[in-house]
Amino acid sequence: MPVVSFREALNQAMDEEMARDERVFLMGEEVAQYNGAYKVSQGLLAKYGPKRIIDTPIAEAGFTGIGIGSAMVGLRPIVEFMSWNFSLIAFDQIVNNAAKMLSMSGGNFNVPIVFRGPGGAAHNLAATHSQSLESLYAHFPGLKVVMPSNPRDAKGLLKTAIRDNNPVIFIESEVMYGEKGEIPEGEYTIPLGAGERMKEGNDVTIVSWSKILQHITLKAVGRLEEEGISVELIDPRTIRPMDWELVFNSVKKTNRLVIVEEGWPFAGVGAQISHEVSNHCFDYLDAPVERVTQEDVPLPYAHNLEVASLPNIQKVIRAVRKVMYRD
Amino acid sequence: MATNILMPKLSDTMSEGLILKWLKNEGDKVKQGETLVEIESDKADMELEAYDSGILRKILVPAGGKAGIGAPIGIIAGANEDISNMLEAAPSTPLRSVTLERSPDDSKTPAAVSPAGLQRTSADSNELLKASPLAKRLAGENKIELRSITGSGPQGRIIKRDIEPLLGRKKSGPAAILTNITPGGSRTVELSLIRKTIAKRMQESKQTVPHFYVTVEIDMEPAMAFREQLNTVAESKISFSDLLVKAAAGTLMHHPNVNASYLGNTVRQFGEAHIAVAVALDEGLVTPVIRNCEQKTILQINAELLDLAERARNRKLKPEEYQGATFTISNLGMFGVDDFVAIVNPPEGAILAVGSIVEKPVVKQGQIVIGHTMKVTLSSDHRIIDGAVAARFLKDLKSLLEKPAALMLV
Repeated sequence: MPVVSFREALNQAMDEEMARDERVFLMGEEVAQYNGAYKVSQGLLAKYGPKRIIDTPIAEAGFTGIGIGSAMVGLRPIVEFMSWNFSLIAFDQIVNNAAKMLSMSGGNFNVPIVFRGPGGAAHNLAATHSQSLESLYAHFPGLKVVMPSNPRDAKGLLKTAIRDNNPVIFIESEVMYGEKGEIPEGEYTIPLGAGERMKEGNDVTIVSWSKILQHITLKAVGRLEEEGISVELIDPRTIRPMDWELVFNSVKKTNRLVIVEEGWPFAGVGAQISHEVSNHCFDYLDAPVERVTQEDVPLPYAHNLEVASLPNIQKVIRAVRKVMYRD
Repeated sequence: MATNILMPKLSDTMSEGLILKWLKNEGDKVKQGETLVEIESDKADMELEAYDSGILRKILVPAGGKAGIGAPIGIIAGANEDISNMLEAAPSTPLRSVTLERSPDDSKTPAAVSPAGLQRTSADSNELLKASPLAKRLAGENKIELRSITGSGPQGRIIKRDIEPLLGRKKSGPAAILTNITPGGSRTVELSLIRKTIAKRMQESKQTVPHFYVTVEIDMEPAMAFREQLNTVAESKISFSDLLVKAAAGTLMHHPNVNASYLGNTVRQFGEAHIAVAVALDEGLVTPVIRNCEQKTILQINAELLDLAERARNRKLKPEEYQGATFTISNLGMFGVDDFVAIVNPPEGAILAVGSIVEKPVVKQGQIVIGHTMKVTLSSDHRIIDGAVAARFLKDLKSLLEKPAALMLV
């Protein structure tokens, strides 16, 4: 199987979908002539020309609105945010127009649009440029939220997102763009709402996604296995719709759940998972659900404080020991 | 006619029994003589048969629950027979039962009728029972009384690992209890009935019986050669325990004052050697008894001991098989123990503790040679046995084992 980087996988997805459907186009800051701030759109301008690969001014509210309008009248735009932090300028467009148009137009206007770009913390980008906004967007009915953790899922899920007839929030990670992984030969797609059980286990279920899954949770799982704790690891891949059956069945087997996410604790994605599990798996739980999140403060700039604020391996191990009553 | 199923007295020392498993459900037809329920006494697991035919209308004490001897644990009656009187009477029975654990004024509903296992039975029933949802469900499904379990979670929360041993035990026997200990974790475990009995009896013995101890060293080379010779012809493998039982029986016949029980103003001297042999279990020990060893051959003793030990380990001994010994042998030789002292098992007068056979330099006919010796220690009840009596007993036992061919004559 071919080995590609995360950015190459995303590039292939957009390339294949643009070749397949001439209504698909990409717009955003630096996506065309500069080949993308993170080189995700490398070579696409040369291949598809300036009509379909469009550099925008630094005006998120404006180009997001243009994208939504074009989707309403039949095109299938991909809007790239240089960072999901900048999407907050376009927040009103996304949540009030993209998310609600189908409902408020009585079903007359679909908005087949993908918003994509890197989210979460990188290194020393400080409080305003390091945010994990998945829980914010997942809050709104009408938006789907996708967060792949590897190149294979990134490509398969982005192709599905582009073909979806409704708005999809697609959150990548700056620090993962260069990371490589195997992808299947030939064309493939991965359905939204289908999570993946990355590892089978018996003692505790961990739900985790995106960069934190790869960089923190997987490493913690390795250490826990050395302690003799058998972890079942679930990557939901799509935050909304969530693959509830996968999560519930796993918790019913292990009787314990830890959620590891980069976002803040209050009203975070983990809070919702915790609620659904306590509701659907109540009689199967042997311990209260534990969560590992970013600390409940704006992310500090100082490196030592940044590290202390974000989820880390020790925090995951502590949480797992706690639900195992081993602390 | 409606009848109560009563907790039977399965051993002399039993005061309460634990329901392991009901083999019939409420509403099932029951025929006289059919096995109804498995009960754990302080000594063994026993099956209780139905004395009457009818319908098992009510299980008063579900699996995991305990009841005193004579307390009703269920009701057999006709399909439409009115049993409301019996249901009401159940808790106020004069005999001991789980109902004793309830507050005295709470006399309406039977103690353990709830299949959910959540029925409050203890006097402090106002205290919130802390258990994980999973633990509650497992207890309900398996009819385990949650209040009988000590929780190992925060603030005594009952969690999966507290219930699992009880489930595993039903499936795979007592060993399952030991498999679930968390590395580095402390926990509180309720004593099994067998453990409680051991605790009570050993404490009683050590506090009321004035013990003294006499040790001798026995040259085991003749016995080793003798055993080897026997094993070239015997179909089953003769063990040193077999020889010891036979030797002790032969010696006891000449020492009725050791083969005896203290009875207050009298001493009972026995004319037969019923010898108990201690068998270690995961959760304690039992002492199956080989009766009339003085009349039995080494081969008979061998066969009986193998069978008893095997059934003791599976907790399948009948009460008469672990009661009524006149003398006990406890052998820790297989653990490489040099010597040790045992606690007398009342009402017996003495117990013999046996160490391992050790290869060591010994003096024979003025020469230092390599020999094989074994130390045995007799613990005696000084109220009926004096030092000289114990010493003479050991001298005869030693001489018998050192001339083992004589075992054929005793």
